[in-house]
Amino acid sequence: MSATPQEVAATARGPESDPRSVRLYGLLGIALGLWVALYLVIQPAANLLTHRVLGLDPATRLASAVAFFLFEVPKVLLLLVLVVFGVGVVRSFFTPERTRAILSGKRESAGNVLAALLGVVTPFCSCSAVPLFLGFVEVGIPLGVTLSFLISAPMVNEVALVLLFGLFGWKVAAIYMGTGLAIAVLAGWILGRLKLERWVEGWVYESMASAGTIEEERLNFADRLRKGIEAVREIVGKVWPYVLAGIAVGAGVHGYVPEGLLAGIMGKGAWWSVPLAVAIGVPMYSNAAGIIPVVQALLEKGAALGTVLAFMMSVIGLSLPEMIILRKVLRPKLIATFVGIVAAGILVVGYLFNAIF
Amino acid sequence: MRIQVLGTGCAKCKTLTANAEQAARELGLDVKVEKVEDIKEIMKFGVMSTPALVLDGKVRATGKVLPPKAIKEMLSP
Repeated sequence: MSATPQEVAATARGPESDPRSVRLYGLLGIALGLWVALYLVIQPAANLLTHRVLGLDPATRLASAVAFFLFEVPKVLLLLVLVVFGVGVVRSFFTPERTRAILSGKRESAGNVLAALLGVVTPFCSCSAVPLFLGFVEVGIPLGVTLSFLISAPMVNEVALVLLFGLFGWKVAAIYMGTGLAIAVLAGWILGRLKLERWVEGWVYESMASAGTIEEERLNFADRLRKGIEAVREIVGKVWPYVLAGIAVGAGVHGYVPEGLLAGIMGKGAWWSVPLAVAIGVPMYSNAAGIIPVVQALLEKGAALGTVLAFMMSVIGLSLPEMIILRKVLRPKLIATFVGIVAAGILVVGYLFNAIF
Repeated sequence: MRIQVLGTGCAKCKTLTANAEQAARELGLDVKVEKVEDIKEIMKFGVMSTPALVLDGKVRATGKVLPPKAIKEMLSP
């Protein structure tokens, strides 16, 4: 409950004094205290449940799988709630309209970097990829810069980062974020250099007329906190079954697959493992929540980090449904080039990390 | 009153359409919610995230599914 006094202090200084906001701060303060308390008890509770209540012998494989599941599920869900809330609040500052305003008029190189970074914090759903693409292109944002955004937005997302942090630690999460951003910047820049505008469907540039003005919502701090709660409800409400399923498979691998079994197939020694991981990963479509727990278990059993990263990035970052949606505005040649360049970037990351670690 | 929902047919767009219909019904308004699914038409509204809710030609919400209650507040003057 250590965080509660600070929260109360923050409330007292808060700019809004209407009763609804004050109640909201209070409730969030209590929720934060509860969060900390829960986070502290999951490890002992998982052990207690596995060994005492279920009476499983700690030496058995079943016990190891069950303890893993009972510990990881609440841990990941708790982290997810906290981070999705935080990101939801941050995202209330970055509407697609504002991101477009920041990007318009930027030159290519700096624009690519900015677009990749904004891809992380701008709310994005692949079903909105087309209107977003059109909205960017309409105001004259270069194609390559727009594509940098479209690569980073799905690949470097908060759900992936939470799961990586929770299951692998901060180093892997940071590596994933760094390399994901690098791929988005470079691939977008290369695609821009290739001058592929001719492979964008013709009507896109013809209909460039109306960069309509939409009134911005005016939000105070309490509204932004409400946005965070909304994000938790929406995102965690959607991904929790995947977290459960992913960790269940991961727990099975954790308990039953012998150590080192995968070293031969997915280890560093096998040079072909990285391209194979990408080839399998690109057509596969799963969200980060389902894939990362499985990947963590693979890593533990001897798969190499680079191979595993490459697999994860190609599953999360390049998805078939998004390509089909983008087909409305991009000719197949451009989509193929886009996938090819991003996949090449992922390969480089895979080999690089197999070489370093 | 003219109610339009802009969206290319994703699950969220369907929910927003249903919510708008419910809001109109509860207020006793005799209007049909129009679905705008053609991307070129959607772009004419200058919207970058779908689904979006348009009332009398004015964009009132983008990129989120409003609950029926919020739509009712917008509908009643």
